[in-house]
Amino acid sequence: MPLLDVQDLRVHLPVRGPVWSRPTVVRAVDGVSLTVEAGEAVGLVGESGCGKTTLGRAVLRLVEPTAGRIVFDGRELTKLERGALRGLRRRMQMVFQDPFNSLNPRRTVGESVGEALDIHRLAPTRAARSERIAGLLTSVGLDPAHADRYPHEFSGGQRQRIGIARALAVDPQLLVCDEPVSALDVSVQAQVINLLRDVQRERGLAYLFISHDLAVVEHFCQRIAVMYLGRVVETGPSRAVCRQPRHPYTQALLSAVPVVDPQSKRPRIILTGEVPSPLAPPPGCPFHPRCPVAEGRCRTEAPALRMGSDGRAVACHLAGD
Amino acid sequence: MPLLDIRDLRIDFGSTRVVDGVSLSLAEGGCLALVGESGCGKSVTALSIARLLPTPPARYAAGEIALQGRDVLRMTPAELRAIRGGVVSYVFQEPGASLNPVLRVGAQIRETLRLHRPREAGETEVVRLLKQVGIPAPEQRTRDYPHQLSGGMQQRVMIAMALAAAPKLLVADEPTTALDVTIQAQIIELLAELRRQLGMAILLITHNLGIVGDLADRVAVMYAGQIVEEAATGDLLRRPLHPYTQALLRSAPILGREQDRLEAIPGTVPVPGQWPAGCRFAPRCPMARSECREQVPVLAPCGGDRLVRCPFVET
Repeated sequence: MPLLDVQDLRVHLPVRGPVWSRPTVVRAVDGVSLTVEAGEAVGLVGESGCGKTTLGRAVLRLVEPTAGRIVFDGRELTKLERGALRGLRRRMQMVFQDPFNSLNPRRTVGESVGEALDIHRLAPTRAARSERIAGLLTSVGLDPAHADRYPHEFSGGQRQRIGIARALAVDPQLLVCDEPVSALDVSVQAQVINLLRDVQRERGLAYLFISHDLAVVEHFCQRIAVMYLGRVVETGPSRAVCRQPRHPYTQALLSAVPVVDPQSKRPRIILTGEVPSPLAPPPGCPFHPRCPVAEGRCRTEAPALRMGSDGRAVACHLAGD
Repeated sequence: MPLLDIRDLRIDFGSTRVVDGVSLSLAEGGCLALVGESGCGKSVTALSIARLLPTPPARYAAGEIALQGRDVLRMTPAELRAIRGGVVSYVFQEPGASLNPVLRVGAQIRETLRLHRPREAGETEVVRLLKQVGIPAPEQRTRDYPHQLSGGMQQRVMIAMALAAAPKLLVADEPTTALDVTIQAQIIELLAELRRQLGMAILLITHNLGIVGDLADRVAVMYAGQIVEEAATGDLLRRPLHPYTQALLRSAPILGREQDRLEAIPGTVPVPGQWPAGCRFAPRCPMARSECREQVPVLAPCGGDRLVRCPFVET
C-alpha cells in the first residue's frame, strides 16, 4: 500500500472577475492520480500555471479539493474532521520555495522550529525541547548555538535549512517541497539538495518534490509526473522518462532545458505559442494547440493516461511504447 | 575601436564597494555574457553603462566606461539622454514590473519611437516592431494592456521597445529568469536572431551558465565584485580554469548524468562589505593554499585570449 494515494483529484478554484461578469472556476487540478511509496521521492514538474503547486497544497489540505480522494497511510484525508486532520498533519510537512517569506521575522529560529513541537506536544520539558531543537539544527548543518538568532541574520541557503529543520521537527513521513531550491544561489542549491537526500536516507522520508527544473528532478527523484494544464501527461521512473520521453510535451520540455556543454547539444524543439489559460482550456488534448504532431482526433478527444507494462504512463493518442 | 570598453570600474554604495575593478570589452555586433550569483556586482556593472544607478547612494569611484569611444562617466545630461536608448537599451528580468500598467503596449512603443525616431513614430512601425519580436496578430496586440499578455509576450514587448530606439548595444539583464523553460528557449532564440539580423551587440547578464552557450561569444564570470575568469564561450564551458567556474559548473545536476551526490560548494556567497582578504573565493575553494588568504590574485592572461584570476591554475 502506498504511503500517499491520490485518486482523480480535482481542485477548482473560483475566479473573481469584474462584478458584472459571471463567476467562473479555474480547473487548477483536473483529475490527477498519483502515488508516493514510503521512502520514495516523486517529482512533479511542469510550467507555471500547470497546477503543480495547487496539487501539492491540496495533498496537505491547505487548499480544499473539489473532488477525488487523498489516502494517506490507509486513511482518507478528504473525509477527516479538523481534529483528526491535525494528528495526520504531523506526519506530512511542507517546505516552501521562498525562505525569506516563509519564516516569521520576529521569531528566533529556535522559536520557529520549536512551535511545531509545542503544537503537537512533542517535548514534555523545557530541557527536552531545547535539546530537540539543537539536534534538529545540527541535522540540517546549522550551528545549534544559533537558535537564538533571527531569520535576517542568515543567508538564503541557511534559511532554507531552517525551513527544513522546522518541517522535520515533528518527525514526518512525507515532505511536500515546493520549489525548495529555486530561490537559492546556484552554488548553494547543491548543498540543499544533498541535505534533502541525506535526511531521506536517515529517516526513510518520502517526498513530493515540486520543481520546474528537470535536471534537479531527474537527479533527486525516483519517479516523475509531468503536468500540463492541471493534468498529468506522463509519469514513470525519472531516469526512463528523462532519457526517452514519450509525450510530445515532455520531449519539448526536456529539449528546452539549457545545456552547458556545447558539444552535447541536442536539437531543440521550440514550442510555438504559450500555455493556454486554464480558464479556457482547449477541447480535446490540452496540449494539441502547441503540439508538433497533433492530428484530427487530438482536437476533439481528450487522451486518457494509459498505463504501460513498464511502470510508465502517457496521456497521448499518438505515443507508442 | 570596441563599441563598449569598460576600464577598471569601481562603484561604491555608501562606503561599501560593490564593483571592484571590472574591465570589459565588447565589439560591435558581439555578444558577451556576464555571469555570476546574487550580489556579485553584475547588474550594477550593467546599469552603470548608461549611468542608470541613482547617485547617491551609488558613486562611481574610479575607472571609465567608453561607449563608442566616449566616456559615459564624463557625459553631460544632454549627452546621456542621447545615448540612453539611442546607443544602449535595456531589457530587464521582470517585464511585468518594467511596463507601464495603464498604457496600451502600442502607446508605450510609440513613446520610445517619438523620442528617438520621430518621423517613423506611427502605427505601421509599431506593428513592424511587434512582428519582428514574434508577437502573433500584432495589429490587435498594440491595443492590449500589459496585464493582458503573458510573461513571455510581455518580455517580447520589452524587447520591441528596446529595438524601437535602434540601439547599437542591448543590455539584457536576466531576460529569461522569470520565464518558463519553453518560453526561455523562445526568448533566447529571438535574441540570437535579432543579433544576426540587426548586427546589434548584446551584453547578457545571467546567473545561468546553461543559457550562455546559445548566445554569447565570450563569457566573463564575476565573483564578489571582480571578474575571476574570462574566455571564449566554448573554451570556458568545456574547460573552465578558475576553481569557482569549475565548481559552479560541477555543482548543477546535468540531465542524463547519474551521480549520487552533487558536488556542492561549501559556505555561502559573501555579501559586499564582507569580502574576505586575499582571494575572495579562497574560503570556499577546494584548492586554496595558505598564501591564497593573504595575497590578492590579479586577473592575468592564461593561454590564448583567456584571463584567470588565480595564480595556481594548471594550463
